[in-house]
Amino acid sequence: MNVHSITAVPAYFEFDEAPDGVTLRAFGDWVIANLKQIDADLRALAPKRGGRLTIDLSGIEILDTAGAFVLHRTQKRFQESGFSTSLEGASSEQATLMSEVAANDEPCEREPPYRGVLLLALDRVGRTVEDAYIIATHLAGLMGHILVSLGQRIISPKKLRLTSVVHHMETAGLDAVPIVSLLAFLIGAVVAFIGARTLQSVGAEVFIVESVAIGVMRELGVVLTAILIAGRSGSAFTAEIGSMKANEEIDAMRTLGLDPIEVLVIPRVLALVLMMPFLTFIADVMGIFGGLLVAWAFLDISPGMFFTRMAEMVPISNFWVGMIKAPVFAFVIGLIGCHEGLNVEGSAESVGTHTTQSVVEAIFAVIVLDAAFALFFMEINW
Amino acid sequence: MLDRSQDAGSAVISVRGLKTQFGSKVIHDGLDLDVYRGEVLGIVGGSGTGKSVLMRAILGLISPSKGRISVFGEDARSLSPAERSQLEQRWGVLFQDGALFSSLTVAQNVQAPMREQLDLSQELMDELAALKIAMVGLQPDAGPKYPHELSGGMRKRAGLARALALDPEIVFLDEPTAGLDPIGAAAFDELIKRLQRTLGLTVFMVTHDLDSLYAICDRIAVLAEGRVIAVGRLEELLGHSHPWIREYFHGPRARVLNR
Repeated sequence: MNVHSITAVPAYFEFDEAPDGVTLRAFGDWVIANLKQIDADLRALAPKRGGRLTIDLSGIEILDTAGAFVLHRTQKRFQESGFSTSLEGASSEQATLMSEVAANDEPCEREPPYRGVLLLALDRVGRTVEDAYIIATHLAGLMGHILVSLGQRIISPKKLRLTSVVHHMETAGLDAVPIVSLLAFLIGAVVAFIGARTLQSVGAEVFIVESVAIGVMRELGVVLTAILIAGRSGSAFTAEIGSMKANEEIDAMRTLGLDPIEVLVIPRVLALVLMMPFLTFIADVMGIFGGLLVAWAFLDISPGMFFTRMAEMVPISNFWVGMIKAPVFAFVIGLIGCHEGLNVEGSAESVGTHTTQSVVEAIFAVIVLDAAFALFFMEINW
Repeated sequence: MLDRSQDAGSAVISVRGLKTQFGSKVIHDGLDLDVYRGEVLGIVGGSGTGKSVLMRAILGLISPSKGRISVFGEDARSLSPAERSQLEQRWGVLFQDGALFSSLTVAQNVQAPMREQLDLSQELMDELAALKIAMVGLQPDAGPKYPHELSGGMRKRAGLARALALDPEIVFLDEPTAGLDPIGAAAFDELIKRLQRTLGLTVFMVTHDLDSLYAICDRIAVLAEGRVIAVGRLEELLGHSHPWIREYFHGPRARVLNR
């Protein structure tokens, strides 16, 4: 049997308007694949007022539910215009199919009702504001929960899931070293490049040391690392916890008396908080190294000179400003990543939405916090 | 399909010498099976005997390492993409939990095969989707709902509506009654039987449910030891001497059959 045989016989119909009534004779394979034109033609039939309609099925080779449906629909339209209708020449199977289709002719909507642009826009604004409020309260709740759990682990460290912590330290921390190093190196070099031009024009090349060292240690190193980690590990936390949530694993844990915060969230957040200063340190080193190479190659500032000037002119407080921010950013990224993961509902699509959400929120939070830190450190003259 | 009965009794699916394996783990070895036009064939077997794997192999979702599978006389894996798409219009599949597309509503799910495979007006697709939704016993208000808003039983019905969207000749059902309450399961059996009769379907059904076997299957194939160890009508299998079959049909859960 050839797979194409199903559409071999085209479907067509004849429509006879005799004085004593109209007759619709159907021929061929009335199957879904053949119906595009037939459907349009049947819709175009205009029932005149009253009379008799006979639908003759005897010429039909194959009838499927779609074919039966368009015939039934035509019959119904004529009935609504005051026709009396009858079926002729239907085999018993065809008659069963026609009555089955008639019994199930219940229209339904394809999509939830559409409510107009303005209403939709208002609806979205309202929901977004409400969501922001809900997220803020949930985040505060989760933060409290995590802090309490962390406090308990400090009092009784035996219950800490060390294997899990170490595992996440490796995947979220150690595995990120190459990408963090490379990007920090490039950023350091770019800052030096841009500075080199401007400083050369005023004959103050040597200030390249301060611009690179302060820029990288104070801001660029830690913010760059935080953004990378938000994209790399924050999203992974959401996806991992989210798919566990979708798979009811979180509920299974609860019934076994395991606290998902304790089992899933604490190890991840703790691992990030421990590893972020380490990654920031590497970013600082690589960023300064990048700037140093550019300074050496384009401004003839030797590495020796670079380090001497750095030691003299750049206070160590700049390094600490970056380092103090690192664990705070890590905590926020971990918190948001896990929070979004725990908010996933049942579907794969939801995992995707929340993962995106987690990255956006985490980067947003990191930059806002960084601005707040900048103000704070300026006030205390660091 | 009413004329499809012209070659009733011919094998629409035929599997010969099938061998499938994952790595070194052999699932089937030398499996033969025929599914005849217009019948309801139940596939039973212990967990891990490869019932679902057999279904996936027939559907061409996994490649067997040996053997020949033909559906409507064609080997699904040797077809060109266009021929394959023709073939796909002639079968419908209900996966275990419905496998509805989560970003589409139920009505859009039912329309998805029509939209991809055929060129129909939106109006007709809406009408046909509504018809299928009603035929599987869902209320019209289920149409604009998303899969996560439905119960397990409703998802299965919606999955069946999608499987029937193109009026296929063969319907594959993977454990259609698993996870349904006995009343829901009985209603689902009834639904399948009714649709099978009106639409003249061939049904390939993987199941664990003895009640389903009893209620709707014309023939039953038993999978064990990597092949089909027995196939036949329920009454024939009741007298079979293989220990697993004896245990299965005469065990404590098989009371319904022994009445």
